[in-house]
Amino acid sequence: MAVVETGAAPTPKVALRPRGASRREGWQRRLPLLPALIYIVIVTQIPFLVTLWYSFQNYFFDVPQPAHFTGFSNYTMAFTSAAFRGSLVRSVVMTATSVIVAMLLGVAFAVLLDRKFFGRGVVRTLIITPFLVMPAAAALVWAGPMLDPNFGLLNWLLEPFGVNHVAWLSTHALGSVIVVMIWQWTPFMTLIILAGLQSQPADTLEAAKVDGAGAFATFRELTIPHLRPYIELGILLGSIYLVNTFDQVRLMTNGGPGTSTTNLPFYLYQQVNFAFNVGGAAAAGVITVILTIIVATFALRLFARVFQFEEAGV
Amino acid sequence: MRSSPFKVRTLAAVGCVAGLLAVGACSSSGGTSASSNSNSGTITVAVVSNPLITGQMIPLTTSNFEKKYPGIKVKFATYTEGDLRAAIEKDVSTHSNAFNVIMIGPYEAPLFAKDGWLDNLSTQYIAKDPSYDASDLLPPIAKSLSYKGGLYAVPFYGESSMLYYRKDLLKAAGITMPAHPTWAQVASYAAKLNQPGKVAGICLRGLAGWGDNMASLDTVVNTFGGEWFNQKWQPQLTSPAFEAATNFYVNLVRKYGEAGASNDSFNQLLTLYGQGKCAMWYDSTVAATSIATTYPSVFANTSYAFAPVDKTKSSGWLWTWSLGIPQGTANSGAAWKFVSWATSKNYDSLVASKYGWAAVPPGSRTSLYSNPSYQSAAKAFANITLQSIDSTDPDHPTVNPVPYVGVQFVDIPQFEVLGVQVGQQIAGAIAGTESVKQALTTSQSDASQYSPAELAGG
Repeated sequence: MAVVETGAAPTPKVALRPRGASRREGWQRRLPLLPALIYIVIVTQIPFLVTLWYSFQNYFFDVPQPAHFTGFSNYTMAFTSAAFRGSLVRSVVMTATSVIVAMLLGVAFAVLLDRKFFGRGVVRTLIITPFLVMPAAAALVWAGPMLDPNFGLLNWLLEPFGVNHVAWLSTHALGSVIVVMIWQWTPFMTLIILAGLQSQPADTLEAAKVDGAGAFATFRELTIPHLRPYIELGILLGSIYLVNTFDQVRLMTNGGPGTSTTNLPFYLYQQVNFAFNVGGAAAAGVITVILTIIVATFALRLFARVFQFEEAGV
Repeated sequence: MRSSPFKVRTLAAVGCVAGLLAVGACSSSGGTSASSNSNSGTITVAVVSNPLITGQMIPLTTSNFEKKYPGIKVKFATYTEGDLRAAIEKDVSTHSNAFNVIMIGPYEAPLFAKDGWLDNLSTQYIAKDPSYDASDLLPPIAKSLSYKGGLYAVPFYGESSMLYYRKDLLKAAGITMPAHPTWAQVASYAAKLNQPGKVAGICLRGLAGWGDNMASLDTVVNTFGGEWFNQKWQPQLTSPAFEAATNFYVNLVRKYGEAGASNDSFNQLLTLYGQGKCAMWYDSTVAATSIATTYPSVFANTSYAFAPVDKTKSSGWLWTWSLGIPQGTANSGAAWKFVSWATSKNYDSLVASKYGWAAVPPGSRTSLYSNPSYQSAAKAFANITLQSIDSTDPDHPTVNPVPYVGVQFVDIPQFEVLGVQVGQQIAGAIAGTESVKQALTTSQSDASQYSPAELAGG
């Protein structure tokens, strides 16, 4: 899509030149891009078309009969299924909560780390570490050594305070998964905000100080507006990644207990791997893509405006 | 562990002399199997991650099998029970043939055989391999793996279910466990034995999955007189008996069970019991083998009772982790060599020489139970295991007659999905995210998606 747009962009110049030359020039410009473009089409669009095809098929792995066309029945099934709607809502809750909390913590940590103190380099490295751990490894460590009801560190730490053998992954499953998502993504938010803080011109801060502004007023009136594009970027990138959360759900709770931590990616995985329902999973996948495109379009439009505004302001 | 090529060759030569010619091991053009495939090459084996497999079969394959057959390289794909089922079902039904040998049980073997997804081991391999003693397999186990008289998988180990309890803790509480306890008795003992935060009164499975929490619960449902389907294939998950059994099980584990039960199945509970965190434990008979070898101090204090009952005379389940060969797989000759090696009498003596007789995979061969070395090493649990397996009746699992076969499962293809869905609901009830009534109502509507005709057609 982006390629089509760049091809269409220089229209005023085209009008001044002979048609043939411009077309050749256009292709010359596009030619080096073609391998990448073809590759992208092959790896993204063909699987999507296949998914689209399957979403209209009644196809179960465990049934010996071959797949056959069923019209929109997979789609009506998905929309009427409480499990699908439940996982959709859970995806939104998990993503929104973890992104917002991670961002709040990220701002707090970044402001602290922006100050000069002894050992800052070490502390920064430590703060960033959770983001460098593989999500699967982190999920296993949390599910086992940290949160295990009988042998877990957290229960051991809380025991002196009268909290005894809490089965975190049974009684607070969704909360536990969200905490791990926050733990893993706070460093990312911290990094982005820290970059923003360091790009803040020192002279404006100095001017504010000369004018007698307090630390909190400076933060609210100068730093936050300056950080706004960074915060928005962090939220956008965080949402894109966290809406796809699978590792933590799969390895910590397996979507359970019941369906209390089943988000959309895990629901799709279960549909294919445990219900063997290829058609139903494909339909749910197509619906997810459509919803994502709608949300992403609005989000990108909003951010495009914000960035234009920022540039104009500068 | 590495040996020089010379040593390997000597070993192979010795092996041949020792009578392996019969298997066709030493002739490169063995051609003994019906499939046109070679007796060497790499084979991929999908297995469940239970201690007898990860702790014995896999290391022994490297140290023994691959030395014996230098032309064969074995790769293992290890899964938890639920994941194994999903991976295998996808692989065989789509004929991807990523696995040359699959670990399955009495649920899969007859169904896969009916769909033509498995090789008939009796006619294609055993008939041409006189060294393999199939008549020695325990009759109930062999029957559970057969379809139309042919064996479609051979057992690595077999199991029923029984109650484990700690003699020392019961004695301290003044309890005498009968050999055939009722569930009501077990519940009253659990209440007395439970010490919150220290020792659970009884450890029970809660992890979602038809082979996990549903295996235990189904045996309770059966003995309470419940059933999955009546004779007309109408789902009975909200029937009074099914509900009473489920309420009993969920309350028992919530009140006197281990913390976080909804994430626990065989392996987790084995660790808990081995660490002394359970006064009683209802699970597979095979756990005795692992307790004996891994947790000797707990083993010394452990005794055994038959699966607790309510309305029926016995209630144990019947299962066996067995090896089968998917139809049309490559290197099927090599695959049979591995299958026959891992399920043979020689494998038992190999395990015994390395880990002791108590560690030998139980419940698959009659000869093991008449072996004096095994009887003396495993006398605590050998006979109760054998009797438990013998007293199972997959054709009449509950009080009323039912149209399906299977104690802790329903042998229809739809159960693979339905069993997991219901297992998730029950796990939710155990975790307390929903009530038993809600869980069963949802399960009943999941089961009602299938028409009786569809279910009967299997």
